Amino acid sequence: MFAYGDMFILSLLLGTLARAFMLRVDYRQFPSFPHSYVIHLMIGIIASTLGALFLPALIEKEYIAVTFLTVGAQQFREVRNLERESMEKIEESEIIPKGSAYIEGIAKLFEARNYMALVTAVVTSILYYYLGWVVAVLGGGITAYLLHLFVTGPHVSDMARIQIVPLNIQGNNIGIDDVIMMNIGEEEALEKWRKEGVGIKVIPRDENARASLANLGQRQAILHDLSILMGVKLDKGIQQFTPLARLQIDEGTLNIIIIPQEPDSKYIEKAVEKIPIIESTQRKPLKSFAGRRAAD
Amino acid sequence: MLEEEQQIEGDSFLPDEYSLNNSIIAIIVEEKNKDKVGGGAPIFFVKDEKELEKISMLLARITLGMVHDLGNRVKIIVKH
Repeated sequence: MFAYGDMFILSLLLGTLARAFMLRVDYRQFPSFPHSYVIHLMIGIIASTLGALFLPALIEKEYIAVTFLTVGAQQFREVRNLERESMEKIEESEIIPKGSAYIEGIAKLFEARNYMALVTAVVTSILYYYLGWVVAVLGGGITAYLLHLFVTGPHVSDMARIQIVPLNIQGNNIGIDDVIMMNIGEEEALEKWRKEGVGIKVIPRDENARASLANLGQRQAILHDLSILMGVKLDKGIQQFTPLARLQIDEGTLNIIIIPQEPDSKYIEKAVEKIPIIESTQRKPLKSFAGRRAAD
Repeated sequence: MLEEEQQIEGDSFLPDEYSLNNSIIAIIVEEKNKDKVGGGAPIFFVKDEKELEKISMLLARITLGMVHDLGNRVKIIVKH
């Protein structure tokens, strides 16, 4: 075994495990299984390798070697571009697109996760060097978990209350309450909305939430995820069934109309609550003096 | 050269972001309401309400657009 071999392998292992732990299959099917998995696991291994080599390089007084971290950073940024590009390509084939904000959010996340694998590996190797392998394994695991907790963003339920309401259909216009959202000229389509349409009100809890929900990217993300979770009766060429999300501008309530495959209001509510708030759409007017004062 | 090209583009009567989206693709109206419509989009005259429904539905499917009802027995097709 080469010098620092045990330390290297342990850090590599923990870093890789941390990355694997963050790769989960859920309803989004992203990264797709199995090939994207292999790609991200391999890049995770490379990130962990860089992290694991960090301390040995310092101990050997090879300070220049630390610059390889910048090479790593370059590679991870490449991961972000790669993910963004591939998602933008798929976007054309989505019935309800993700929207550019959602894509950017996911791409960013994939870059960040590699840094997390790297940090886990560095922490593990430092703990191993000073305190032995038991502490290193525990510490590495805890680091990975804490980093994971730290980057888990808020969900819609943290920002808003969800209400399932009947649609308000007057003549050819469909809406919720007094917000008219769609005008439909086909009697047949109108009948379908009458029978199967569901209205969802996303009522923001405070001014911060109101600003985030108003973002078009956030709305598109909600529609996209909702259509996956609850299904949507929609196809190319029948635009009249497209789900829409529009603001009630006086109160900032987000009104959504949709024809779901599963018209189960209890679970529609649950589905909307669990949709993530995209990092780049978050606004915090309440953090400013003027915003706070104007809010009441 | 470049300036010349820009000059030509600027003179074009089409707006910069001209697209079929969100503009009226076709108008469908009963013959008796003829004088309610006019203008640049193709106009389809039909004899009764049943035909109005059918023609507007077909046109929407063919153009991948959507039927809107203006409330005065005039239907339009718009692509969104």
